[in-house]
Amino acid sequence: MLELVDVGKQVGGETHIADVSLTLETGSLNILLGPTLAGKTSLMRLMAGLDKPTRGDILMNGESVLGRSVRKRSVAMVYQQFINYPTLTVYENIASPMRIAGRDRGTIESKVREAAELLKLEELLDRTPLNLSGGQQQRTALARALVKEAELVLLDEPLANLDYKLREELREELPRLFARTGAILVYATTEPHEALLLGGKTATMAEGRVTQFGTTIDVYNRPHDLHTAETFADPPLNTAPVRKRGTELRLGDRTLGPAPESLPDGDYTVAIRPHHVSLQPGSIGGLSLPVRVDSTEITGSETFIHVSMGPESWVVLTHGVHRVDKGQDLSIHLDPAQFYLFDADGLLVRSPRRHDEAA
Amino acid sequence: MDKPFDNRAWFFVLPVFVLVAISAIIPLMTVVNYSFQDTFGNNVFFWAGFEWYADVLASDRFRSALLRNLLFSAIILLIEIPLGIAIALCMPRKGVWVSVCLVLMALPLLIPWNVVGTIWQVFGRSDIGLLGRSLEFVGIDFNYGQSAIQSWIIVVMMDVWHWTSLVVLLCYSGLVAIPEAYYQAARIDGASRWKVFLHIQLPKMQRVLLIAVLLRFMDSFMIYTEPFVLTGGGPGTTTTFLSIDLVKMAIGQFDLGPAAAMSIIYFLIILLLSWVFYTVMTNFGVNAADRPEADR
Amino acid sequence: MARITLDALAHSYSPNPTGPADYALKQIDYAWEDGGAYALLGPSGCGKTTLLNIISGLLSPSSGRILFDERDVTGLSPERRNIAQVFQFPVIYDTMTVAENLAFPLLNRGVERAEVDKRVSEMLETLDLTTQARRRARGLNADEKQKISLGRGLVRYDVNAILFDEPLTVIDPHMKWQLRTKLKELHEQFAHTMIYVTHDQTEALTFADKVVVMYEGEVVQIGTPEQLFDEPEHTFVGYFIGSPGMNILPGRIEGSTVTVAGRQIDLGRDYPAVEEPIEIGIRPEFVAVREAREAGTSGVPMSVRTVEDIGRYKIVRGEIEGGRLDAVIDESDSVPTSAAAVFDPARINVYRDSHLLRARG
Repeated sequence: MLELVDVGKQVGGETHIADVSLTLETGSLNILLGPTLAGKTSLMRLMAGLDKPTRGDILMNGESVLGRSVRKRSVAMVYQQFINYPTLTVYENIASPMRIAGRDRGTIESKVREAAELLKLEELLDRTPLNLSGGQQQRTALARALVKEAELVLLDEPLANLDYKLREELREELPRLFARTGAILVYATTEPHEALLLGGKTATMAEGRVTQFGTTIDVYNRPHDLHTAETFADPPLNTAPVRKRGTELRLGDRTLGPAPESLPDGDYTVAIRPHHVSLQPGSIGGLSLPVRVDSTEITGSETFIHVSMGPESWVVLTHGVHRVDKGQDLSIHLDPAQFYLFDADGLLVRSPRRHDEAA
Repeated sequence: MDKPFDNRAWFFVLPVFVLVAISAIIPLMTVVNYSFQDTFGNNVFFWAGFEWYADVLASDRFRSALLRNLLFSAIILLIEIPLGIAIALCMPRKGVWVSVCLVLMALPLLIPWNVVGTIWQVFGRSDIGLLGRSLEFVGIDFNYGQSAIQSWIIVVMMDVWHWTSLVVLLCYSGLVAIPEAYYQAARIDGASRWKVFLHIQLPKMQRVLLIAVLLRFMDSFMIYTEPFVLTGGGPGTTTTFLSIDLVKMAIGQFDLGPAAAMSIIYFLIILLLSWVFYTVMTNFGVNAADRPEADR
Repeated sequence: MARITLDALAHSYSPNPTGPADYALKQIDYAWEDGGAYALLGPSGCGKTTLLNIISGLLSPSSGRILFDERDVTGLSPERRNIAQVFQFPVIYDTMTVAENLAFPLLNRGVERAEVDKRVSEMLETLDLTTQARRRARGLNADEKQKISLGRGLVRYDVNAILFDEPLTVIDPHMKWQLRTKLKELHEQFAHTMIYVTHDQTEALTFADKVVVMYEGEVVQIGTPEQLFDEPEHTFVGYFIGSPGMNILPGRIEGSTVTVAGRQIDLGRDYPAVEEPIEIGIRPEFVAVREAREAGTSGVPMSVRTVEDIGRYKIVRGEIEGGRLDAVIDESDSVPTSAAAVFDPARINVYRDSHLLRARG
């Protein structure tokens, strides 16, 4: 189990990491989600021991590991840029951590073969990394991390340099591969879609802080604040500033939906996901809003329609192909029950009903 | 990046420390010692304070040697840096010829310095030297032992021949690091060769150029062996640089006091000028390192 | 603007190619219509970047010709072809400000200062960089630098074509959305021929009117996003487009009935007689997962391995007789304990030898 207690890192005048407290259980898959420069790599370096925090403590299984050098820790790290020993064959690359640990030849042989089989590298054991494709190089780096049987495995956007389909394949295999070793897996990514596909637990990060940490689908469904909600949205969340008065939420002079009496009057932000906005009139209690079409994007299975509603730009995601003209005026329909409501400080006040019930 | 504290690192440093102490620091301290003392021989020394320093700084001999050094370094930098860049630009970046060119460039740097001096000494002789003889043939009376201008020309030529390769190799390494995409984009933008040089190659070579200029300045300011072998400091004192003068004083005349004082002054001048150079050039725009995630 | 024609174009990186394996780009004949938005989509190593570099002139093809509006430009250098190219990594001139960067390609071509200033300020506005105009380009972040790269290509109004080589690779997901929309708007505004190379299907499908799918140096299919989604002509296209990709299962066909996983499904269209085994392809979006009893004879028993909840929808991964099966179900649906997969007959494609078999009539 890895614990970070009130960890912070200041470099010069800049804060790279601040107030991070996390507990990562053994055998768990933990995702660090956030844009570039949010602090994901800095945090992973602190976890690995490559950097020292300027504040706070890091404990592994109850013991502080701050003074321990990286070499003494049970850590494996895989990078975005396919890092392998360029002069060694794939076999030697995978065997390297075991050779350093001084394991005997028999164990090395069997473990290398096992890892190669799991990562489909059996045919390539004699080649050097330069003669491999990107995907194969990354598989070699992953095999090397696997045989180390480290307690903590850190993956820093490992699939970002691979092409789309290859990424899909490896993404499915990764959690299974490391689950067998019972390691704590930490995976950094910028893509919300990837976090959702991997599952496990997610820590959303922004500007060096962890904004929320929980089961991935929970963080997605019930974000604590607007920032987390926006980090986790792909396509981007549709938001609009509203004013609550009495039992209504008003956008300009339109009523956007009902609001519970118990909430104080004032300024709020509503947010709704693009696929909850439709071109077809929906259920009873549905709301229609007039909008103007800015542009359309068709993927063959879905259509993204970019519309403007006054000063707000929204995205409508519909199934199938819909052709609409630029500049066309039309009505979009939505169910106010699907609204997220955030107060003036960006904190969640209400999430769509079914998530409230489930929680 | 601050690593966790590891005391064992000191043990690795210890042998080097001892060596440097014996070969550099202790002798340096001895020189400082001499610079503040005077002797009448028989190993009897008495305190002279700053007398030697005042003497040296006031002497014409010192000042003219200093000027010669400054002039020499300026000429060297003005010739070698542009020439080095130009040659580096002409060198191939890919293919078989790369290794050939690199080896050819490295050759002058491998020759022992006094041998370099001797090569040029023979080269410049009007009876058996290739250069001397050809100049005689064309009608120029070349005898650098007797003409101030000619001695300077041959000393400068020798240094250029010897050390431009260093600039070439440094600039080449800077050039090779530029990704192909920049050149492609420039072609598409319709940039001329000159603009490509000015806006892509030169900015990207900033770091290595800084090293090249600094190294060439320091080395040329401290030059001793090659001109000594070639001209002996002559004719008269026209090519007597500070180092040569110093040796004459210390070993030829055995004036330890003034020689020691001059050494220290020489050392401080180099230190000062290098520091000035470095500060000026780093403020010309070389960036500090970025945060880890920004490297894509 | 120009119509770009590829005439028997092929390229091999080795000086003496002996067979198909030596060709990075196998023979291609195609004409890109003037003003169209195209995407070259395919996995790494499929030849798309090679093709792009041949079109831009950075690479000379080992055989074949390339024509801009009937003019043979095969021998012309990039500057003379009047194209613009945006690279994967932001390429900016460190020594210049943002505005100077944008002005550079125009000044090199001798455009008048007044015209240059006008175009540069328009472009700054389009890219939302007006406030940064005087800043040194070096100090900006990756998104802004890539916008400048983009701007340098677009600032020349008279280009024949604009080529993009995986330009959004270094951009974060949020900014990717904005830039994609921006590209689309720019295409509508200026109507340049735009060719976009990527391995990301969302980028390709949202950007292009027509997508060229490539695999191992060959063009596998050219079509609109809907065509590629509904009727992939090759099982590779079915697999590559769609996330998750198309399910491919072995089966047999006779007349209008296809037999798969022990069930017979009437497709409602007549197929030519085929003796050998065929494959059927059905996208996960068109596989419904029902309670086995409820599905009855039309349902194929399915053992469910995992259910991935990704917010917008759920992916059900499992097995049926004949192989793996993925299904996409709505976010609010749940998976029954004894599950059966029901295929939508109208969406089943038949493949013989990996190629699409079309119905008769």
